[in-house]
Amino acid sequence: MSAENAAGTPPLLDVKNLSVRYPLRSGVVEAVRGVSFVLGRERLGIVGESGSGKSQTGRAILGLTPQPGIVAADRLRFDGIDLLSLPPREMRRLRGRRISMVMQDPKYSLNPVMTVGAQIVEACRVQKLAGGRAAKDRALDMLAAVKIDDPRRVFGLYPHELSGGMGQRAMIAMMLVGEPDLLIADEPTSALDVTIQLEVLKILDELVATRGMGLVFISHDLRLVASFCDRVLVMYGGRIVEEVAAARLGEAGHPYTRGLLGSAPRLSGSVHPLPVLERDPAWLA
Amino acid sequence: MAVPTPPAAQHDRGLPAPPAGLKAWLTSPAPASRTQARLGRFYRGWRGFVRNPAAMAGFVIVLLLLVVAASADLIATHSPTVAGDLRTERLLPPGGEFWLGTDDQARDIWSRIVHGSRVTLVVVLLVSVISMPVGLAVGTVSGYAGGVVDAVLMRITDIFLAFPRLVLALAFVAALGPGIENAIIAIAITAWPPYARLARAEALQLRGADFIAAAKLQGASPLRIVAVHIVPMCMPSVIVRVTLDMAGVILIAAGLGFLGLGAQPPQPEWGAMVASGRRFLIDQWWVAAMPGAAIFIVSLGFNLLGDGLRDVLDPKAAER
Ligand SMILES: Nc1ncnc2c1ncn2[C@@H]1O[C@H](COP(=O)(O)OP(=O)(O)OP(=O)(O)O)[C@@H](O)[C@H]1O
Ligand SMILES: [Mg+2]
Repeated sequence: MSAENAAGTPPLLDVKNLSVRYPLRSGVVEAVRGVSFVLGRERLGIVGESGSGKSQTGRAILGLTPQPGIVAADRLRFDGIDLLSLPPREMRRLRGRRISMVMQDPKYSLNPVMTVGAQIVEACRVQKLAGGRAAKDRALDMLAAVKIDDPRRVFGLYPHELSGGMGQRAMIAMMLVGEPDLLIADEPTSALDVTIQLEVLKILDELVATRGMGLVFISHDLRLVASFCDRVLVMYGGRIVEEVAAARLGEAGHPYTRGLLGSAPRLSGSVHPLPVLERDPAWLA
Repeated sequence: MAVPTPPAAQHDRGLPAPPAGLKAWLTSPAPASRTQARLGRFYRGWRGFVRNPAAMAGFVIVLLLLVVAASADLIATHSPTVAGDLRTERLLPPGGEFWLGTDDQARDIWSRIVHGSRVTLVVVLLVSVISMPVGLAVGTVSGYAGGVVDAVLMRITDIFLAFPRLVLALAFVAALGPGIENAIIAIAITAWPPYARLARAEALQLRGADFIAAAKLQGASPLRIVAVHIVPMCMPSVIVRVTLDMAGVILIAAGLGFLGLGAQPPQPEWGAMVASGRRFLIDQWWVAAMPGAAIFIVSLGFNLLGDGLRDVLDPKAAER
């Protein structure tokens, strides 16, 4: 994205040396340590094992780090706006309308006592996009856009009445009503079976293509990310250990990335013994 | 032209005949519509409620109170406020003409009790309507905001909780001036703190929830999150608590009336009626005992109803 910088337009997202720390009674948990990357209107994948700090990175960008957490960064800019010094009111105006995030678990991320439709309508109202009938129409359109078969029926359902895949798509619909410029998708497909997974990916892909949206795609599935994204960041222990163009993932140099690639199951031939990820404390230094 | 439908055709449509199978329809494990599921849930709750005789007794008492209050003009045999013949009708014992006797103003006690039920209901309703939103608002804001806001609001709540309710209500009525409206305000002022505590506890649990983070993510302001997402979740437990408190409200209202700080004469308020009968307690016991019994029965009814409702609305409490 240095090309954009040269042309004078700031990159969509510019993160330098981002760290998230949780001072707990038992000591300080370093969830994210010194993450830096630049994102344009493209698809960026973040992969890494569970607990490597992927979700924490996404939340920190949106200013949603939960209580004792401390976010620090040399630079955290969205479209030229400094997110770290932004007053809460301005930050709220950005959320939903300009940056949005599909959260990891739709079971917990939807209000259990509100119907799906009411929640999307509420999102419209909060973002002052539309009210009354117009908001309802917009919600139905959005549900249809994420390929929900019977939007009218799903509109009136409560989250516990949805299947995992429907919940995930309802969540995506809710987060996309504001037509954000940047979407952070936190494992949007992990709970889904392969066919629906592909459908959801296609929806996201279309949105990136038609709206020129920037996408941060968080996943632990290296192959999926490689096939879907333009660039991939590999995280380990709160750090980015490698950044590669998706097309050249095969040439990845870092032993952790190679280990991740090596542990993916293969169709042809059997691997014995099964490879085990090697972790070197030196990578964290 | 009404062509008689052969029974077979009716059967073919596969619709269960509602009147005959109403119970089956309500208890169907696979409800066909949202309404049916809702009615079914309501029905199951009702069944649990009916099986609890104490709750049922409370329900009947409260229902009777409502009926009496609604049709007070029909049920009352005399005027509740206009005195009768002071020479011949004063302090008469219960009998044919005056069912529950008469008081020292020669007024029919039955009619006064019947009309007094309206006063009692109005007090209970208004106190609930005023104190519940206040308690909910203070509690949810306090729990969600945390920090200084929480500390300040909760210390204020603590101050209110540090006094016995009747004493606090007395102080407020004394400051506001006697009268039923001021009594209602005073009772409401003393009633909200427990609701605030309850709502705060639930808000504390909710504020870290993912769906609250999702709402923040859409750019919702803190006040909006409290109003749209937190308050509805705190509502059920607060409502149960309010119904449980209704008996207490009746007693405090009666207490204030007894002390002459509630409803003013000649308004037929039960507590005030007990107070005026106090002077004749030995010889004309019915003047004080009848309204006293009314207070007792109605507050018992609300207590039983509240307990039963809690069991139905809050399955966790019922299992214990
Ligand atoms: N509220 C918190 N308090 C303390 N530590 C936390 C908190 N939230 C997360 N962490 C820590 O931050 C680290 C990174 O967590 P994160 O949720 O970002 O992992 P992840 O990469 O998204 O994993 P997964 O693939 O399982 O979703 C973990 O070690 C976790 O224990
Ligand atoms: Mg995660």
